[in-house]
Amino acid sequence: MEAITRMELVISYGLRAGVLLSAAVILFGILLCAVSRNTGYAPILPHHLSDILAFHQGAGPGYFPTVPSAVVSDAVAGKPYAIIGFGMLLLIATPVVRVALSVVFFLVQRDWLYVGITVFVLAVLLLSLVAGVG
Amino acid sequence: MEPITFSAILFGISVLAGALGALLGLGGGVIIVPALTLMAGLNIHYAIGASIVSVIATSSGAAATYVRDRITNLRLGMFLETATTTGAVAGALVAGLLPGRVLSVVFGVVLLHAAWTMFRSRRDDVPAGVVGSPLATRLRLHGVFYDPSLHRRVSYQVTGVPQGFGMMWLAGLISGLLGIGSGVFKVIAMDIMMRAPMKVSTTTSNFMIGVTAAASAGIYFLRGDIHPFIAAPVALGILLGTVVGTRLLLRLRGAAIRQVFLVVLIVVALQMIWGGIQGTMR
Repeated sequence: MEAITRMELVISYGLRAGVLLSAAVILFGILLCAVSRNTGYAPILPHHLSDILAFHQGAGPGYFPTVPSAVVSDAVAGKPYAIIGFGMLLLIATPVVRVALSVVFFLVQRDWLYVGITVFVLAVLLLSLVAGVG
Repeated sequence: MEPITFSAILFGISVLAGALGALLGLGGGVIIVPALTLMAGLNIHYAIGASIVSVIATSSGAAATYVRDRITNLRLGMFLETATTTGAVAGALVAGLLPGRVLSVVFGVVLLHAAWTMFRSRRDDVPAGVVGSPLATRLRLHGVFYDPSLHRRVSYQVTGVPQGFGMMWLAGLISGLLGIGSGVFKVIAMDIMMRAPMKVSTTTSNFMIGVTAAASAGIYFLRGDIHPFIAAPVALGILLGTVVGTRLLLRLRGAAIRQVFLVVLIVVALQMIWGGIQGTMR
């Protein structure tokens, strides 16, 4: 069996780093929310669970940002729900980054068939993310 | 219930889901969606959002280990992912046109049939006597990995490329239509049709489900289906669970994993049949 290649190690460590970073950000958001008893958009009151879980569309006690630019700017401003949202975006990015790194992996191996296959998958993935298909 | 109690229970359930998911190549949604809807009567939007997060967390959480140990067959996964992604796009396009409830029951029955097939090979650690097909050889889908539970390197070949490809397209279609259980179909496709070792099937499925989930995650995030209060404990719990799940995968023998998978497979099949009859599928 061939020894593990450098690209595979890069992918492995990259995944681990991405996952840990995402977890750290999410955890920080949770702690900030708990300590400040505030989501960044509304206070968290005790016995508030049914309000928190009811489906919201727009402003209200359960509000949280959904547009990535708003998520980032609100996270930088220190709003707990936005920080958690930012951690979620990081998590969602990890499979995408993995596929992109796999393109590099196949390039290094000069495996042109799989460069093509992986680029195809990456393209469908990015288009889906942006256009919301599937 | 206090919010903190809810979060703690959700975290605990997610750890379990992450461990099981990393072991079996599933996304944890199988456990989390019923738990959320039964426990809290949670709106289906938030349940699906949580499920998407759990799938990505399971996939990426376990992936670092499986890539490093070279159990995931990257070429196999990437090649099959072309089928899954196109199937998912097709599923999203025809979602309104097909009778989702009928399909749910039909697929549930298909899964039960697959469970029967796997039951007959439940004692196999590694499938015996698999001769690689010429197409699989041309696509370089065969592989080698070190199996700690057998204390040896396992060299394997795969076959049944068109059937596996077709099943993957179906798996993508199902995830686009119903939003559940595509990991199950992926494992079955690789195990039954392509005759890969069980550990290769589950770890490669683990890789693939993350890619498929990421494709739809964007739209769910923009729609506001990923609620921070719900998704946060799920993400953290799943990630912790994958640490346990990956250790288990390395130490258990393929036959043991197959048997655990069989139990979950039957549960998922019954969920699909029941959901189709009741009309509670998405």
